[in-house]
Amino acid sequence: MAGSDTIARASTGRSAPDTVKILIAGGFGVGKTTMVGSVSEIVPLRTEEPLTMAGLDVDDLDGIEEKRATTVAMDFGRITVSDDLVLYLFGTPGQQRFWFMWNDLALGALGAVVLVDVRRPESSFAAIDFFERRGIPFVIAVNGFHGEHPYPAEDVREALTLPEGVPVLLCDARERESCRDVLVALIDRLIAEAVPAR
Amino acid sequence: MGGGDSAGRLVRPFTLTGGRTRPSRADFTLITTVTAADPQPQAAPRPQPEHTRILRLCAEPVAVAELAARLDLPVSVIVILLCDLLEAGRITVHPPHPVTRTTPDLDLLQKVRDGLGRL
Ligand SMILES: Nc1nc2c(ncn2[C@@H]2O[C@H](COP(=O)(O)OP(=O)(O)O)[C@@H](O)[C@H]2O)c(=O)[nH]1
Ligand SMILES: [Mg+2]
Repeated sequence: MAGSDTIARASTGRSAPDTVKILIAGGFGVGKTTMVGSVSEIVPLRTEEPLTMAGLDVDDLDGIEEKRATTVAMDFGRITVSDDLVLYLFGTPGQQRFWFMWNDLALGALGAVVLVDVRRPESSFAAIDFFERRGIPFVIAVNGFHGEHPYPAEDVREALTLPEGVPVLLCDARERESCRDVLVALIDRLIAEAVPAR
Repeated sequence: MGGGDSAGRLVRPFTLTGGRTRPSRADFTLITTVTAADPQPQAAPRPQPEHTRILRLCAEPVAVAELAARLDLPVSVIVILLCDLLEAGRITVHPPHPVTRTTPDLDLLQKVRDGLGRL
């Protein structure tokens, strides 16, 4: 890399890679952490943020009793895409009372995967709404909890009343290749949307 | 390097001038990468123990979220410590690749896709 030695950068080490992120969203227990772990090159890491420090937007809190929650946990993984580009996957905090954190998380994200558990799809409605309203591109990944999928993708699309163009994939959050295919589908959607824009 | 141009423009001046502009928390996102300056500045005040722990972890480039997780500290606390280190000229900062909806970066997307394909 030309000129890098004129910069006060670690002379011993690599120069810093570019970083991008994708959010893994959906209701509580839909398999977000599982999916992050399946494709991450590191064991998923976790950060805990005390609520008082998290830039709290009180309007977003559902009920007074929930303010007693002390920390928001968020886990994430990493995929080194090339020697100068690293992709981070962030599992969004599932509970709705932590939504104020999603705004921050969504800032600068390439897009999102919304995981859906067919047995209780309503637990992911809020996540779908969130990304739709903000115009953040997303794909739906239906996590088949017993490794099987009782409904075809088209039925799920209808049940979720998804807008045209939102891909629906059937996946197994425990399988690396399955999760990779979901991420590739998201990138393909981003590429497809980018092309006519040029 | 494909994204070098756009990334280069985004590097804030103080990353190159040893922290003479006061850094703010907004300069550190979860995926901002920090690297310990090598050599460390001689004139800077002695680092506190928490600062030293961070410096040890970022001898190689490391993201803010990873620092928080590995040191088991909230991101908000890590960011405050990183502001100190940046101001003292002890770290350099690399912002995330900029993402805009209006001008998508096809090269970047293709690179991510190729990388995922190798998984
Ligand atoms: N059988 C089965 N269990 C799963 C699958 N995905 C997740 N789980 C389990 O479901 C529970 C919740 O998953 P987790 O990833 O923690 O959900 P999160 O709350 O969305 O992060 C965990 O005990 C997982 O091991 C799956 O595809 N099949
Ligand atoms: Mg989880």
